[in-house]
Amino acid sequence: MIPPPHLPDGTRQDMIHLDENLATGIRAHAAREYPYECCGALLGADGATGREVRALLPLANGRDDSPRNRFLISADEVCAAERAAAERGLGLIGWYHSHPDHPARPSEFDREHAWPWYSYIIVRVAGGAAEEMTSWRLRDDRTHYDPEEIQPAPAGSPAMGGKPTVPA
Amino acid sequence: MPVKVIVPTPLRRFAAERSSVECEAATVGDALRQLTTSYRELKKHLYTDDGRIRSFVNVYLNDDDIRFLKQEQTRTKDGDTITIVPSIAGGADAARLRLIV
Repeated sequence: MIPPPHLPDGTRQDMIHLDENLATGIRAHAAREYPYECCGALLGADGATGREVRALLPLANGRDDSPRNRFLISADEVCAAERAAAERGLGLIGWYHSHPDHPARPSEFDREHAWPWYSYIIVRVAGGAAEEMTSWRLRDDRTHYDPEEIQPAPAGSPAMGGKPTVPA
Repeated sequence: MPVKVIVPTPLRRFAAERSSVECEAATVGDALRQLTTSYRELKKHLYTDDGRIRSFVNVYLNDDDIRFLKQEQTRTKDGDTITIVPSIAGGADAARLRLIV
């Protein structure tokens, strides 16, 4: 794969393709869960033109104690998401979650708990309305996230019509 | 005793793109130490700076979470499989509002 370009300040500039219908699905999930955080899995693939999301897997937020500013996806659900991706011939390429009434920027808590390679999409929800959406990847040395440009799905994409899938 | 360690997808790039690694180990801790010695870049993603397994790193011996066995001291036997499974956590930091980008 072609290595991602670097911005003048040295940060990587990765790209992720997200069909508008899938973006709408993430925003709708985030608005529905407000004032709590929503979370879900991104199923897709890495291709010659970059990473592409082809389906969503909405998941329940496992943090009952502080769902307004925390989310948790258990190891069991991660395994279930991997199986759901494999059944569709896809990979588990990342995760999405919402920041109710907070910017769509990774927090220190996000960084401490993140994994490299995965894409992390964050959507800001203000007063119940989903707003800005951003995507990030953790640097290999865990010190920072680098932004990932969200682009529409390329022409002819097999994105699954924007219909969020649910766990079996 | 040869055991197999399954490397999770996001960390395979730090293990020469291998999905699993075999090693000779008497305990789960031995196996993980061998893994992170062979592939040093894995260490910071699996362990904290003070040498503990990170809270969002789940380690299974065959089907059992080692938290419910003897943690890293859990003994292994020939043919066992150790699987590293992520859990995913995060969220807005309301208390500190500290952004890191």
